[in-house]
Amino acid sequence: MEILGRKDILDMKDLSVEEINLILDTADSFLEVSTREIKKVPTLRGKTIINLFVEASTRTRTSFEIAGKRLSADTINISGSSSSIIKGETLVDTAKNLEAMNPDVIVIRHSSAGAPHMIARTVKSSVINAGDGANEHPTQALLDLMTIREKRGRIAGLKVVIAGDILNSRVARSNIYGLARMGAEVHLAGPATMIPREMERMGVKIHHRFAPAIEGADVIMMLRIQMERQEKSSFPSLREYATHFGLNRGNIGLAKEDVLIMHPGPTNRGVEISPEVADGPYSVILDQVTNGVAVRMALLYLLTGK
Amino acid sequence: MEKRKTVMDAPGIERCLKRMALEILERNQGADGLALIGIRTRGVHLARRLRENLENIEKRSVPLGILDITLYRDDLIGGRAKPQLGKTDIPFSLEEKKVVLVDDVLFTGRTIRSAMDALIDFGRPRLIQLAVLIDRGHRELPIRADFVGLDLPSSLWEAVAVYLTEKDGYDEVVIEEFAGQEG
Repeated sequence: MEILGRKDILDMKDLSVEEINLILDTADSFLEVSTREIKKVPTLRGKTIINLFVEASTRTRTSFEIAGKRLSADTINISGSSSSIIKGETLVDTAKNLEAMNPDVIVIRHSSAGAPHMIARTVKSSVINAGDGANEHPTQALLDLMTIREKRGRIAGLKVVIAGDILNSRVARSNIYGLARMGAEVHLAGPATMIPREMERMGVKIHHRFAPAIEGADVIMMLRIQMERQEKSSFPSLREYATHFGLNRGNIGLAKEDVLIMHPGPTNRGVEISPEVADGPYSVILDQVTNGVAVRMALLYLLTGK
Repeated sequence: MEKRKTVMDAPGIERCLKRMALEILERNQGADGLALIGIRTRGVHLARRLRENLENIEKRSVPLGILDITLYRDDLIGGRAKPQLGKTDIPFSLEEKKVVLVDDVLFTGRTIRSAMDALIDFGRPRLIQLAVLIDRGHRELPIRADFVGLDLPSSLWEAVAVYLTEKDGYDEVVIEEFAGQEG
């Protein structure tokens, strides 16, 4: 018998190597369910999952919804614009009201860091963080770890580069914690305005030039430039950014011959990643999406119960 | 104070599986349309051995699939502890197949109930038969085996354990007083 000894999944920062391995092993087994003609197992029949997405999302919300449905749980989606949040209800009140309807799991995405943690303290249901502000996005990091492990057979010892808007990226933060814990060598690349200095303390190597960062890399994770989170521009122009930090046919040769190219999506084609690379043979961007469903099925399976 | 009694040794298991293979072929008039599904984990090893016997006799290949029944169990809701989920791998269509489910020990029948529910989700086999190395009794569901290696009436205070070389390093069926490993 296996136990994930916690009620909630809020941060990669908190997960141990054993917990991460249990989640990834379980997710590996769930992959097969999505390849069946009848993509459904009865495991979570009678369980209720609420997807509370106060901040917009297509990929992650759909992925959680599909994961729940393939496990036979009842899934309910609430988005920011359709909820009482716009009528002025506080987040804790919303959570308490949802709790009164006895859901088993609440999946939450919110633009404020710490919102899922506050809800987790308030409710008895399990809470999964589907992205909170610039803090963390643990299920994305887990699906990234799963994809690396699937393609390379290991995570420890690999040179993994995370490039782009690190400052505003919860995906980067979660991946830094997860990759470091699993023994990868983590490098960050981006303009100085986009990498907070204190990240050096997280045990990563910081590069402000792209070429030395990706040299000999086993994995390159490109991040989207988050226009919606730029208060004032951190670089002169998109074109200049693409020239210095874009991954393309010209510089990909610096990395290992069998490098994995990853991107959490949505991609800005022609900015951080060129179309030939995004659609090229090294790209595992769509495998990441497929694995995302399996990781979320694994978490729902492991978290539900008395 | 644990009492341990060997009820079948390695040659005994080997002879059992040979006989079961012949029975399967007799009942199904050959290997036409036959498919084996092993229930993880020891059922898979037994299914592989049965397949070897079947193929040696019939000189043709018999498809083999692996089934993990965890997601179909009726006791999952109980607590946070979850059985470790293994991989299911059925790389062929079950439509119109004569499926022989293989497991090591038939006990309450609940595993077989889960396995049948799972199989039906993969398609509509022509029929499902059950082959087990040991039938120890104490059924809680109306399920019986079509092919049995050994009928072993046991008490509920005993544990019946099947050890197989592929997993345990040696072949042996033992009956132990006080709980140990169970099928």
